[in-house]
Amino acid sequence: MLESVFYWFIAVGLAFDLFGCIGLIRLPDVYNRAQAATKCVTLGTCLILTGLAGLAVTRGNGAMCVKALLCAAFILLTSPTGAHALVRGAYLSGLKLWEGSVEDAFADRAERIRNESSQPASPASPEEGVTHREEAETA
Amino acid sequence: MTLFEQLAFGVLLLSSLLCLFRISRGPTAPDRAVAIDILGTLVVGFCCIMALWTGREFYVNIAIAWALISFVATLALAKYLEGRPYDA
Amino acid sequence: MKWLMCLLLVFALWMLLFWEFSLSVLASGLFFALIVSTLLGDIFPDNLHSLFNPRRWFFLLLYLPYFLFYCVKANLDVALRVLHPDVPIHPGIVKVTTTLKTPLAKTALANSITLTPGTLTVDIDGQDLYVHWINVSGRDLETRSKLICGVFEPMLRRIFE
Repeated sequence: MLESVFYWFIAVGLAFDLFGCIGLIRLPDVYNRAQAATKCVTLGTCLILTGLAGLAVTRGNGAMCVKALLCAAFILLTSPTGAHALVRGAYLSGLKLWEGSVEDAFADRAERIRNESSQPASPASPEEGVTHREEAETA
Repeated sequence: MTLFEQLAFGVLLLSSLLCLFRISRGPTAPDRAVAIDILGTLVVGFCCIMALWTGREFYVNIAIAWALISFVATLALAKYLEGRPYDA
Repeated sequence: MKWLMCLLLVFALWMLLFWEFSLSVLASGLFFALIVSTLLGDIFPDNLHSLFNPRRWFFLLLYLPYFLFYCVKANLDVALRVLHPDVPIHPGIVKVTTTLKTPLAKTALANSITLTPGTLTVDIDGQDLYVHWINVSGRDLETRSKLICGVFEPMLRRIFE
């Protein structure tokens, strides 16, 4: 009885994994794809791991249960962070939103971030660099 | 191998194929990065089904290590994307 | 203080992953926990010791099922949108504000937002969150903030602040 509940957990998790990957194919741009895929695959894999933990308990394998639950916690913490970093990187690399998008409040801030990061990266203009090198050589 | 495990492997393989399609055809680099991130999470699912099938513990250890390493890889990809134009 | 906290956490994690009590596991765990906490103790969050308050643990336990309910609801919503023949989405990036103060609470809020209905945090700037929303609704900043953050803010304030 209890075992069948955990098998259902795994089955639902697999279904969510599949939906997430269908979303990866069907949705129009990176931002929507990242959203659908991250949500569905994170929950799906966590459900699979929870089902595995439950089955391990019913089979008397305590170590596997704890490890599976820890892995689920890791994924629940790291997956949204990874998706956030990827989407931010995609936006800052200049990729525009899908043309059907309603609003874009991030454009100004992205521009500011790009300017901030480009200024310290190129502190000296090429001419200055040349003069510095010449000075060093003459010295 | 029971029918349940066979079906589970089938579903996970289908999902991975969809991911691989997006990796090979993705029009831009961020598309591919997102698909690679998702594929990393799917591999954890594969490890779970392997642990269920064989009853061995070490597949779950592999799953934990894989989850952590794929997270670091995702962060590295994101940092790489930030400094590059999207079609490079 | 931070150093001791980091050491305890790493050691607890080590023991959970090994799941056996023997002298060699304890000794090697202590050894590696010492190395990790001396190297990484500085980047640990400051106010983490307040998390050992039992009242916060109670609210954290309460928060988990609450969060899982919204998470499952969000997933069903996204799955329906993906499987629908027309793919009904109205995406866009919107700006919302939060009243949470500490970095840990804001991180938890951002992660919770990413896993719930059609929203994905793109960036945090002080009290402003930039959120990619798959189905933009609401007119002004306040209704949107209430729709997106209002669900989690009261709970997270009790846990992390």
